[in-house]
Amino acid sequence: MNGPEDFELEAAELVRPYVITKGRGLPDDDQLSLITLVTAAPEQVQRPLRLSPEEQRLLDLCSAGYLSVAEIAGHTRLPLGVVRIMLAGLTEAGYLITRPPVARARLADKELLEEVLSGLRAKFG
Amino acid sequence: MVSGPSLGERPSLQSRDYVAGGATQTAVKILVVGHFAVGKTTFIGSISEIEPLSTEETMTRAAQDLDDLKGVRGKTTTTVAMDFGRLTISDRVVLYLFGTPGQVRFVQMWEDMARGALGALVLVDPERLADSFAVIDLIEQYGLDYAIAVNNFDGNPQRAEASLREALDLLDDTPVVTCDARDEKSSAAALTTLVSYLLARAG
Repeated sequence: MNGPEDFELEAAELVRPYVITKGRGLPDDDQLSLITLVTAAPEQVQRPLRLSPEEQRLLDLCSAGYLSVAEIAGHTRLPLGVVRIMLAGLTEAGYLITRPPVARARLADKELLEEVLSGLRAKFG
Repeated sequence: MVSGPSLGERPSLQSRDYVAGGATQTAVKILVVGHFAVGKTTFIGSISEIEPLSTEETMTRAAQDLDDLKGVRGKTTTTVAMDFGRLTISDRVVLYLFGTPGQVRFVQMWEDMARGALGALVLVDPERLADSFAVIDLIEQYGLDYAIAVNNFDGNPQRAEASLREALDLLDDTPVVTCDARDEKSSAAALTTLVSYLLARAG
């Protein structure tokens, strides 16, 4: 298990973040929020060689299902900002599919809250 | 230094680590907030279906040194970043719980986390009530609805709800519950109280 006590950003100390991100800046917050769900695009057979090792690694991680942006950062132990930038680049290039959370509206909120409430009650009695 | 995965290494994930039914899921989030060492990580761990994860921006080292250790027994590590967990609610909704340090200096992190959150559960230590002021101020500043969960450490005497409400200057309808953050059912009950309240507010 990886508890907080062994949480070390070793990778980030070896390579400076702007090198990993190839100098790109932060993407739009709403497209890649903490809980935007991300997965690899299905018909992705061969990956071009120009992808960096970190980008390859993110694609690998995303190839077996959906993860939130926060989970991807947590699993890779890369800083959140760096992960966001790389995910934005991979999405633009068509390698990833993203599912941003629904925009908040009063009605949608109410339906979601009802679903969460009944789900919690069903799970935990 | 403890070694983590090196660059280019792929963390080995099991299928249960991925979001079940991700293609049709709507992700929502609730914040679990509170001052240093109040039990946020424990709370999330008690209820999350995945091993809680942690992520950070960049400012954690200095923050760790600055945290106030007064009155905190047996706490050898601190939540230096945000911890989070996940709970699949149904085949339509997946809930993320984000534990957020209450320090004002994590402003960027707060903006990331508060945006689009359904609401917040404020964990409170009855013996360190004053430490919760800053957290509650932040929550209100971001316009989030919240409930208070009093986390009882080791059977410490519990303040009467009325005096706690007065000390924290709560609105009359703000829910106050007690919980044991180590206990799944107790954590779930606190969360259920919050969501009921959020639903009443949305109606």
